[in-house]
Amino acid sequence: MSLYFSKSHEWADVNGNTAKVGITDYAAGELGDVVYVELPEVGARANAGERLCEVESVKAASEIYSPVSGVVTAVNTALEDAPELINEDAMAAWICELEIDGIPEGLIDEDTYKAGL
Amino acid sequence: MAERTPLYSEHVALGGVMVDFAGYELPVRYPQGIIAEHNAVRGAAGLFDVSHMGEFTLTGKDALKALNYVLTNDFTVMDAGRVRYSLMCYPGGGVVDDVLVYKKGNEDFLIVVNAANKDKDFEWMSANLDDFEAELKDVSREIAQLALQGPRAEEILSSLTNEEEIPRKYYSFRENVDVGGVKALVSRTGYTGEDGFELYCAPVDAVMLYRRLLEAGAPFGMMPAGLGARDTLRTEAGMPLYGHELRAEYPASEAGLDFAVKYTKEDFIGKSALLSRPPQYVRIGAKVLDRGIVRENTPIFTSSGEEAGIATSGTMAPTLGYAVAMLRVRAEYADAELFAEVRGRRLRLGRTQIPFYKSETYKR
Repeated sequence: MSLYFSKSHEWADVNGNTAKVGITDYAAGELGDVVYVELPEVGARANAGERLCEVESVKAASEIYSPVSGVVTAVNTALEDAPELINEDAMAAWICELEIDGIPEGLIDEDTYKAGL
Repeated sequence: MAERTPLYSEHVALGGVMVDFAGYELPVRYPQGIIAEHNAVRGAAGLFDVSHMGEFTLTGKDALKALNYVLTNDFTVMDAGRVRYSLMCYPGGGVVDDVLVYKKGNEDFLIVVNAANKDKDFEWMSANLDDFEAELKDVSREIAQLALQGPRAEEILSSLTNEEEIPRKYYSFRENVDVGGVKALVSRTGYTGEDGFELYCAPVDAVMLYRRLLEAGAPFGMMPAGLGARDTLRTEAGMPLYGHELRAEYPASEAGLDFAVKYTKEDFIGKSALLSRPPQYVRIGAKVLDRGIVRENTPIFTSSGEEAGIATSGTMAPTLGYAVAMLRVRAEYADAELFAEVRGRRLRLGRTQIPFYKSETYKR
């Protein structure tokens, strides 16, 4: 199991051929109060670097890009009633789980990600 | 290059997230976040920097006549020390701006306009004053403005000023009030749906006034509040915003603000156009019944798929706990079942009253 980051401020927690993904605490801080998460649909195809879903703060809707390629196998329905979980602890507030094609190039480890902030 | 208000450094020191708004660098939020700031205003108080707003003086023998001609409201019966809301129209009935008029005396008025419209308004008013003995001056640069809003606002202000100098009635004001050592015009007005005050002072005094108010408000739970909270608060209160509910291409009669458009008075710019055609659209309130947020410019449809109009403002309403939107829809669909289309999904809407939120602690 290992944790990867994208330069667009998403994380992927990879465990074998599945990965849970979310946004980073930095991204959550930049967005401000999250008031709605438009979760992806189970069974949907996601491509690394492309739109995965939408996270809405009070001020605006923001596209979230998938850090990995694969098929969505589960979504975190807790975010439907409590989108603020992303502000409380973004690294724990996974958005969805995917069955992944592999680890895409361009993802970085935590130290590299944090050094780039 | 965006301008800075006299309080720019205060916002930065407080950790404000600065954005460009109407040509000014202003805080959209502070570290506590928009919802905390919003809740502070509903539950205690919030302090806003609204120095970007524009202020004009209109003086002279014909000042009243000029106002009655250029603006839609009627200022004939109005005491000095009172404030009145009005629209300003083009001859075709579209809205130039919405403004507040302060009557200082029979020949002495202060007009407060939206920051983004300052220059446009000044040109428009000036161009229409030729027939009047009245002088219009843009004094925006000579005035800073703070908004102290919330149910504890009066207590906070009382701790810095002689209570007798605090305007009692909503939409009234007092000049030359000593607030913590700063001379200010204090008006009981605001843009949040709560009791509160707007304080106008010299730019050089703004930092001192701001700090005094922050200190005085802290024990009451007051927070500095930014543009983000200002927008959620005014939306919950159902208050229109120029560029959203009000636009040059929307007739004033379609804004749901008839209380500020006096067709009974003699003449005003836009009157004949507004009277010549019934409003095609109405402004209504909607609660979003499905999950999701309906933001400005979201298209609105009927159940059979006909285009009904658009959302002009919309947000998650922190006090209410659900998303609301103000809609501009064709009059014949005002009572129809309506849907908002958000990223390909149709969200059900329920018609609700405007304002969405009414303060329990303050009755106007």
